Amino acid sequence: MQLNEGKTKARTAQLMRLLVLPKRNRPANETTRVDNIQHTVQRESSWRTAANWLAGNPKVAFGLGIVGFFVLVAILGPIIIQHNPNAFSPDVLQPPSAAHWLGTTQTGQDVFAQVIVGTRVSLLLGFVAGFLATLISVIIGLTAGYFGGLVDDLLSLFMNIFLVVPALPLAVVLAAYFPFRGPLPVAIIVTITGWAWGARVLRAQTLSMRRREFVQAARASGETTFRIIFSEILPNEIAIIAAGLVGTVIYAVLAQVGLEFLGLGDVTIISWGTMFYWAQNNEALLLGAWWWFLAPGFCVALLGAGLAFINFGIDELANPRLRKERKQRRGLSEAKRSAFQSPPPSADLSAQARKVEA
Amino acid sequence: MRHLLRRIGFYLVALWASITLNFLIPRLVPGNPAQVLIARLQGRIDPRAEHAMEIAFGVSHASLWRQYFEYLGNLLHGNLGISVTYFPTPVATVIGQDLPWTLLLVGTAIVISFVSGTLLGIIVAWRRGSRLDALLPPVLTFLSAIPYFWLALIMLYLLGFVLNWFPLSGGYELSIAPGWTPDFMLSAVQHALLPALTIVISSIAGWMLGMRNAMMTTLSEDYVLMAQAKGLPERRVMLTYAARNAILPNITGFALSLGFVVGGALLTEIVFSYPGIGFALLQAVHNSDYALLQGIFLIIAVAVLGANFLADLIYVALDPRVREERS
Repeated sequence: MQLNEGKTKARTAQLMRLLVLPKRNRPANETTRVDNIQHTVQRESSWRTAANWLAGNPKVAFGLGIVGFFVLVAILGPIIIQHNPNAFSPDVLQPPSAAHWLGTTQTGQDVFAQVIVGTRVSLLLGFVAGFLATLISVIIGLTAGYFGGLVDDLLSLFMNIFLVVPALPLAVVLAAYFPFRGPLPVAIIVTITGWAWGARVLRAQTLSMRRREFVQAARASGETTFRIIFSEILPNEIAIIAAGLVGTVIYAVLAQVGLEFLGLGDVTIISWGTMFYWAQNNEALLLGAWWWFLAPGFCVALLGAGLAFINFGIDELANPRLRKERKQRRGLSEAKRSAFQSPPPSADLSAQARKVEA
Repeated sequence: MRHLLRRIGFYLVALWASITLNFLIPRLVPGNPAQVLIARLQGRIDPRAEHAMEIAFGVSHASLWRQYFEYLGNLLHGNLGISVTYFPTPVATVIGQDLPWTLLLVGTAIVISFVSGTLLGIIVAWRRGSRLDALLPPVLTFLSAIPYFWLALIMLYLLGFVLNWFPLSGGYELSIAPGWTPDFMLSAVQHALLPALTIVISSIAGWMLGMRNAMMTTLSEDYVLMAQAKGLPERRVMLTYAARNAILPNITGFALSLGFVVGGALLTEIVFSYPGIGFALLQAVHNSDYALLQGIFLIIAVAVLGANFLADLIYVALDPRVREERS
């Protein structure tokens, strides 16, 4: 067991050394496959590469487009709509028409106006809760991972408990007992129930990083613990934190909509969740008023999908085996052919690289 | 064995934490259930009855520690208080009636979703770069981003309301007396199909993507290449070489996202007016029925912890490294 581990480690180290060879030292015909793998190696200088790569990735671009669109709607929406989303009108339960693009509610309110106005509350709540939860997860995850020992044991226990205790029922109990209702309690509750996942991932990463040379060097040069954790280690975990943030925002949006759907938000404020609450309470379904709940749900799903696509990109950045390079499609068949015709080159790398290409 | 003991210890602590949370949350806020009921009945109750009701609801003005131990004692006796919604039925009875429905519906749906999601993940990873791989992940991602109850509403509207293929609400036909009769069972299955389908569709993407990502990692291992080079049948390489090693992280993922899926399933139940825990939860929220609310939280926490423990056991059975940790 011990022996095996040592061997694997040595081989990994050897592999890593091969992979991080600077570009100019590499033979000219060593193609992009090595470039790909290079992304796995954590390097401080890879920031720009990462940003470029993310922007060039169609999935990420798609996701960013969707999220950007909703941000625009949240900022500009309330200015451009013509209907007052709260105003009652005699047009009760109208299906979508030219006058009411997405129909009307049982009290004649314009659904389109409500969806647009609701975007601001829902988005803001999702992002605020997402940021807060990520902040907590960064602080707890990095602290636990860096200190190890008893601190780690206690904090890990704490986050594991929050991970296994079902979030939504806990959130419901918390919300029911909160002295007042509204967006603020919802944001707080979603934060409390949503930080643990990110903290756990960050802890694991920090644990593997605290023995690295640059951390040892920082420690030796007498930097404060706070500085080592948050300005030496933290920047190396930006990709994971970003993925965690996006994931937490998805959770925050869904949890918030769920709580409001149950009537645990402030039902007088217009948001996607409260629209559901009113639609459900007025039995929109049995009245056949599909337009009432179609639009807000579609917005939630679209926003969630946009965020998930961004996360795909970040995942692929961190784990190049998931990547499917379009440029390399052509190269694939050639590689396969050559693999069969000529004796395989250095076994390890080619196997690794072939999977990357595929 | 040591690993197992540690896990058992962890679940005990987690259970204790849930119970304590459940005890502390209501006591950190002003008001108590008796006052809620009096306010709800608006003067139809003699204020002097408040004391009697406080006793009935187990509200005490003793010190927090004493209350805590009384609370633990009550829990041990299965006494979760009295429901305001179904006054004067004890919460334990209400939950006892609703739990089987939820366990059956949500349990079956989650197992189906996990198994088929994992299989899909294996296939998609095996055929990476194919049209299937290009199509399935994004589509399922979109589906998984849909709030459970919204998908439930859409399905109910299209398949129930418009096409009339499925019943619109409830857990069984009200004209049939509940019992182990074929008629009743058929009706129950009919009513469970659509909610189950909703839960499966909403949760399948997570398992699938998790499995796909794990497969990608194992597929690039040397032993997979070796197996292929030996000329083993494709299916064998895929299932017993690559998938077998990739499934471990997915089981951890299963345990971790269980709580989330259960939460979504509860909302699904609400949309379908399914006679399970989720529907009781809605009633509890609308009627400020705190005792019922807390009982529900506790029972769900216990169920999810139990399922997690089960996943842990499976993990130990599948991963020899964990078993041999002691050496």
